[in-house]
Amino acid sequence: MIMKRIRNLRFSLCGNYLERYEQELAIFETDFGRLCLLAAILFLFAVVPFISGPYTLYLLIIIAITSIAALGLNILVGFTGQLSLGHGAFFGVGAYAAAILATDYNFPFIVSVLAAGFITAIVGIGFGLPSGRLKGLYLTIATLAGQFIIEHVLVHWESVTKGVRGIVLPPPTIFGFYLDGDVAYFYVTFIALVLMAFIAVNIMRSRYGRAFVAIRDNDRAAEGMGIPIFPYKLLSFAISSFYAGFAGALWAYYMVSITAEPFTLTLSVEFIAMIIIGGLGSIPGAIFGATFITMLNEILRLFTQFLMTAPFMSGIELTLAPLRELAFGLAIVLFIIFEPRGLAEIWRIVKSNFRLWPFSY
Amino acid sequence: MEFFLQLLINGISLGFLYGLAAMGFVMIFKASRVLNFAHGEILALGAYIFLTLVTWAQLPILVAFILSLMGSFILGFVIERLFLRPLIGEPLIYVIMLTVGLAAMFKGIMLLIWGGNLYVYPDFLPAWLALDLGPLTVQPVYVASIIIGLIFLSIFGLFFKFSSQGIYMRSVADNQPAAMSLGVHVRRVFALSWAIAALVAGMRGIVLGIISGINVHDLSAIGLKVFPVVILGGLDSIGGAIIAALIIGLLETFTGGYISPSLRDVVPYACLIFILLVKPYGLFGLVEIERV
Repeated sequence: MIMKRIRNLRFSLCGNYLERYEQELAIFETDFGRLCLLAAILFLFAVVPFISGPYTLYLLIIIAITSIAALGLNILVGFTGQLSLGHGAFFGVGAYAAAILATDYNFPFIVSVLAAGFITAIVGIGFGLPSGRLKGLYLTIATLAGQFIIEHVLVHWESVTKGVRGIVLPPPTIFGFYLDGDVAYFYVTFIALVLMAFIAVNIMRSRYGRAFVAIRDNDRAAEGMGIPIFPYKLLSFAISSFYAGFAGALWAYYMVSITAEPFTLTLSVEFIAMIIIGGLGSIPGAIFGATFITMLNEILRLFTQFLMTAPFMSGIELTLAPLRELAFGLAIVLFIIFEPRGLAEIWRIVKSNFRLWPFSY
Repeated sequence: MEFFLQLLINGISLGFLYGLAAMGFVMIFKASRVLNFAHGEILALGAYIFLTLVTWAQLPILVAFILSLMGSFILGFVIERLFLRPLIGEPLIYVIMLTVGLAAMFKGIMLLIWGGNLYVYPDFLPAWLALDLGPLTVQPVYVASIIIGLIFLSIFGLFFKFSSQGIYMRSVADNQPAAMSLGVHVRRVFALSWAIAALVAGMRGIVLGIISGINVHDLSAIGLKVFPVVILGGLDSIGGAIIAALIIGLLETFTGGYISPSLRDVVPYACLIFILLVKPYGLFGLVEIERV
């Protein structure tokens, strides 16, 4: 009987040989992928924090945090098909919720991060309400309005958010341990990322995920199949904002002090750029996209620094902001025109080329 | 009372400006169903082209004005040809995101060329344009903007009503497959609608630059202000956009004047959410009946 449980490991497939629904639902096409992912995670947790310097660690932590937020946005945009331009504001709501809970109410780290997620989810449901009557363009504009309203509240609700002065957070502790230093925080963020990615993958395999995809592909047909559209859209908004708030809370703890300044429309666009460049409707895509955008930011920063110090550029003033805007815009435009399915699709093509070599086509 | 009248007049002039911007926006939406997030940036580009022609090239005002309108027209054409054409038939989200990307791109380019400083045009409006209404006067800029607005509105009204291209554009907006089967060159209509919309945006950028100076961030932020206007008016109604623009303009100046200046920029959006919840297709928009 035990022998029956242990099946042969499958390493390469040349086509689709699916016979049962379980095979269709499988996360990994081959065991090779499963082993690779395991090895990668092991490498990430056992080796990476000890060989990377503080700068690399900082980058990795930022990548992990933005990946969580991008995952959430991808659930809403990529899987449910509801384009939201307010994700940056939701990220901010999470950051502020965690900061307020940690300072005014002395919540411990884990509780305040989770609570921030839930608070943001409630706010997200509030701004998802227009989706009951609206779709497509109209919903996008409603979320745009949500972005501006939240931004305004964060700056002007002084009694709670301290306005432009910002809030300073206490250092995070887990069960009495101080998480001081980037290595400890690296573990926190990446464990959170792995957990959140795991949850996202499995939500998408459940009936909820299938309902989301059905709503994205054809909402009328979905309604006809008996999916109550409005509750599911709200659920999608809630899940997506939970991810945003969770990531925002992690970010707030990492940054120590927060103001309302970063949570603008630009941040929302940045998140959208992440999932478009990474690949809409793809869980790894969100992580690829977050990595790409974070790295792009850093490369541009280094590039402008280099140009500023280069002798031939003396006398010409160059600042980071315009170059960043330009590069972002260009990246979005080029990806949409030439590879609308994003990095995830490129990754898939590369993988299958290797697998099918020498007969790849 | 005087304060009230001043606010009223400011609101109406602001509304006219919004209306002009919304016009170009609605035009693109009507013809090609594209929601243009780069509208503010196209508008700012028009203002900068005019600035460069006037201050750097030292051209006479009228020549510079016409040249910058032509520049905006060509810009719109090029945008459609290079970026929007490949996306015909793609899902909505890609098209929207493409215009968001374009917006970021143009903003970056403008910041690289002209920087984030505030520029002003040399003063060229004659003082006799100022309107004396008893206790208060209307600035010449506002009078000029209202006059230009009315001129453009009537030109476009006539254009859509009587010229063949205008009729083609209306037919495409109304029913694209039917227009196509009757021999309307739909792609040309798309290109033309982008070009005309860019022209209107550029013109309005210039007027706005005269009123409040030219700054990339301010001008492009105004592109987003168009959204409450077009939603209130109905996305596909030019007349509705004008009326809604007046309402939003008044709403904005009165909140700024009587309640608090900081609320000024948010009220249109709060109003927008309310309209979307109550009357999603706006005051004059075409109601697509669909129960989902």
